Amino acid sequence: MKDFIIPDRDFGTPAAKSKVMVTLTVDGFDVTVPEGTSIMRAAAEAGISVPKLCATDSIDAFGSCRLCLVEIEGRAGTPASCTTPVAAGMKVRTQTARLKTLRRGVMELYISDHPLDCLTCSANGDCELQDMAGAVGLRDVRYEAVDTHFRAKDNSGQANPQWMPKDDSNPYFTYDPAKCIVCSRCVRACEEVQGTFALTIQGRGWDSRVSFGAKTDTALTSDCVSCGACVQACPTATLQEKSIIDIGTPERSVITTCAYCGVGCSFKAELRGDELVRMTPYKHGKANRGHSCVKGRFAYGYASHKDRILNPLIRESINDPWREVSWDEALGFAAGRMKGIQEKYGRHSVGVITSSRCTNEEAYLVQKLARAVFRNNNTDTCARVCHSPTGYGLGQTFGTSAGTQDFDSVEQTDVVIVIGANPTDGHPVFASRLKKRLRKGAKLIVIDPRRIDLVKSPHIKAAHHLPLRPGTNVAVVTAMAHVIVTEGLFDEDFIRTRCDWDEFTDYAEFVAAPNHSPEATELLTGVPAKDLREAARLYARGGNGAIYYGLGVTEHSQGSTTVIAIANLAMLTGNIGRPGVGVNPLRGQNNVQGSCDMGSFPHELPGYRHVSNDAVRDIFESLWGVRIDNEPGLRIPNMLDAAVEGTFKGLYCQGEDILQSDPDTRHVAAGLAAMDCVIVHDLFLNETANYAHVFLPGSTFLEKDGTFTNAERRINRVRKVMAPRNGYADWEVTQLLANAMGAGWTYTHPGQIMDEIALTTPSFAGVSYEKLETMGSVQWPCNEKAPEGTPLMHVDGFVRGRGKFIRTEYVATDEKTGPRFPLLLTTGRILSQYNVGAQTRRTANVVWHPEDLLEVHPHDAEVRGIADGQWVRLASRSGETTLRARITDRVSPGVVYTTFHHPETQANVVTTDYSDWATNCPEYKVTAVQVAPSNGPSEWQVDYAEQAERSRRILPAAE
Amino acid sequence: MMPGIADSAEQIGEILRAHDGLEGPLIPVLHAVQAAFGYIPGDALPLIAQHLNVSRAEVHGVISFYHDFREEPAGRHILKLCRAEACQAMGADRVAAHARDALGIGWHQTTPDGSVTLEPVFCLGLCACAPAALVDGRVLGRVDEARLDALIAEVRP
Repeated sequence: MKDFIIPDRDFGTPAAKSKVMVTLTVDGFDVTVPEGTSIMRAAAEAGISVPKLCATDSIDAFGSCRLCLVEIEGRAGTPASCTTPVAAGMKVRTQTARLKTLRRGVMELYISDHPLDCLTCSANGDCELQDMAGAVGLRDVRYEAVDTHFRAKDNSGQANPQWMPKDDSNPYFTYDPAKCIVCSRCVRACEEVQGTFALTIQGRGWDSRVSFGAKTDTALTSDCVSCGACVQACPTATLQEKSIIDIGTPERSVITTCAYCGVGCSFKAELRGDELVRMTPYKHGKANRGHSCVKGRFAYGYASHKDRILNPLIRESINDPWREVSWDEALGFAAGRMKGIQEKYGRHSVGVITSSRCTNEEAYLVQKLARAVFRNNNTDTCARVCHSPTGYGLGQTFGTSAGTQDFDSVEQTDVVIVIGANPTDGHPVFASRLKKRLRKGAKLIVIDPRRIDLVKSPHIKAAHHLPLRPGTNVAVVTAMAHVIVTEGLFDEDFIRTRCDWDEFTDYAEFVAAPNHSPEATELLTGVPAKDLREAARLYARGGNGAIYYGLGVTEHSQGSTTVIAIANLAMLTGNIGRPGVGVNPLRGQNNVQGSCDMGSFPHELPGYRHVSNDAVRDIFESLWGVRIDNEPGLRIPNMLDAAVEGTFKGLYCQGEDILQSDPDTRHVAAGLAAMDCVIVHDLFLNETANYAHVFLPGSTFLEKDGTFTNAERRINRVRKVMAPRNGYADWEVTQLLANAMGAGWTYTHPGQIMDEIALTTPSFAGVSYEKLETMGSVQWPCNEKAPEGTPLMHVDGFVRGRGKFIRTEYVATDEKTGPRFPLLLTTGRILSQYNVGAQTRRTANVVWHPEDLLEVHPHDAEVRGIADGQWVRLASRSGETTLRARITDRVSPGVVYTTFHHPETQANVVTTDYSDWATNCPEYKVTAVQVAPSNGPSEWQVDYAEQAERSRRILPAAE
Repeated sequence: MMPGIADSAEQIGEILRAHDGLEGPLIPVLHAVQAAFGYIPGDALPLIAQHLNVSRAEVHGVISFYHDFREEPAGRHILKLCRAEACQAMGADRVAAHARDALGIGWHQTTPDGSVTLEPVFCLGLCACAPAALVDGRVLGRVDEARLDALIAEVRP
């Protein structure tokens, strides 16, 4: 498709990376480009667009359309400018009489088999074929179309066997073969950009057609993951968003940031008036480089879903129906209750939960509400349940609580370890970039109990898959360190110059002990010692080694220990501080990095500075004019425990559904039910709202200004593309609540909040909206030392000074299998759904994943008499639920797996309240369970559904 | 007798393993599968894709590119008539029309009794003896209507 903003020109072929520059002339203009650049791109750099159809700069040149022909002085013929590289002194002509005739001839042939229905075509105004017909001056077509691909019936009224009907099986786009010019851009985009290989050209010559999957497949049944790369690449209406077909072409676009996962893709929100027509990946987005996934590209329909609540609701008790009220009444009610609670139960009886889905500015305001208005440190965030061990582990070893690289770094890596992460589902755009690198020869080591797609999928195969038993991460990573130390594969130079040598010798002595050898831990971990040894050698000696990890590392009782073990591994091998290496947590939510940075934790002020630090408190105390507690406040689990005990009575929860996402659902429910004032600030009446007294409607990422910080510490702008349908942006709602409690805040734009953050927080000192406007995005730390931000961390030395090796003793979790609960349950995500599903369940993404399924190994299924698709009861020591089984050998015997996207399943009824020793991050990834055939929902599910329905009643607004 | 799905999966597995380690194995594998089954069964496609670590779409793209890979069983005999220039000059179109009439089928079709599949082919390298034909892999020259009738009678008792 054509880009709507002119500065986003298509250069035709990808940029060349060579440092050697070459000068040539194009139509008499000198142009200097890197060696390896195509003539087409060089001409584009000089401002000259050579006509083209099969070329676009997201994919390699192909040379099939023959429209981009040029003449080169001293060379015979008319070579294609897309496939011909530049040479020094070359003299190129792009517009000669001969070329004009040739191009018109080519266009005539194209048009002879294309319907001339431009005025009613969905791509009218957004079609490169149309543009090229104009560009070459096509005025006449001499060929009369007898045999065509686009007429359903031939001239005699018979059905035309060459005609194929439109495939509209995908919920978001259509494939109309009648409009296809077989340029192969879609096929190449699927292969080169996305790496799924779901498309092909079937047949040959006149019979060549684009085909999704094999002969009998449709777009939906094929391997297609609906990333939109093919739609983005298609020059005509062949692959077209259904929203464009319904609405028409957009008239303006706004660059913003996706609000799904931690990759933080930049998008153009394309609009007509204030109607969002489509989201297209922004080519200059530094996290995604023009790529997208099904969620960001298409799953935005929740923003206008009928379930969205647009007016504030209140109720006396959670057994009453909701009453729709004005903002004033709701805020007055909430403020009155919170003040009343504090008067009765004391200053520390209320708290807040900041949202990893909201902006930095909003998270900052919510923690400020706790610290400056509630006057306590009772603030926590959903990172508690995901990456808090990352903060602790990397903070201890390296000195910062964040990943070390930018995503571009993956292009220079040689060996990748993916541990406890499933990037093709959880971080799809990063996965595509990783797969691209793997296809170019980088080696992959996967450490995961489950055979994730990266282990083996078309043209990708992991060199080693270490299928460990859930809960044994520390033993496996420490055994890898054992191999590296005992076989002398460590990087002594790096360790001597960058780390503390005494700490290293202590650590080396620890890991070298025979009980840490792969042979000794094999029985425990289930990982064959030979594989583990080979994997460790590969990582240590394979060139640039990078580690990417996810919640499979952190959500364990030893989550922090595993993070430390990973950091040790990187320091041992010197894989820190340059492109292509590093330790990279794949953050789950769009702004979980940012919400942590903004001081959401009860023990830390913005910038990860402890509340006991007087100098830091001074900064905020003098600015805010209040005294700040020097003792850490309550974490989420502590808040819930205190609520059950009766000492914690009020909670303001912004954009998080703790009832569904936090472990041990019954305990969460009991805690919430014991509170006197639960304020839920969200888009929908989520599961937590069943226990709320005040519901404040939230705004979507499309309706507000702000910033998100992604997994690579990149601060990206979120821009308001339409007015908030609920009336206020979320930061305004928090300010209204604070002011109802007497705060007197006067922010009129999030930019002012960012200025306050920059003023108080050294790692953000150089960040401002003006800088983000000019640079597009910036990676923190951004301050006087690094005014342009910091793509790579720890380049010349660790932030903490010297890298710190810490012993990592494996301690088995208390959650153990036994005769009653012989299987281990581990949980994860799927591509089409996102976390608790509040958003994606309200989009057409449900066609791919309408319910949570339990993956069971055929062996375990057989001994229990479980058939594929059958209802099963999943029970643990905490609780039970029912869901359908899927029999698959993706999981090992003894391990079962499910997702947690659907509240009907409530996988977290089953998970336990064990948690990480350092940070309380729940142990979602290991639960001892039993599975048995079942014939329907459990008692809990029935009760829960009734309670949820009862608590969602809304009385009609008073007349 | 058609082999069962499980049998054919095993047989395809054997073919795939026999080609392990070969560079560019897809086309040799497809030839071997077609040699074993007479065509490439639809069920074979995911097995081949899985084993060679390519996508179903890619295997489909290759199968459909080559006319000689067939996705359905052919008749007991395969009659290919050359449609290239030299043969056309010597009356191949007339012979082809006669063949279609006599067999009552079109190009790429098989007679209802399963005896003959009729296919076009572009140049058998037998231009000196045009029009040329290929019957079950045997090359024949100077095929006129009468010769064709005799051929058909021979394969269709």
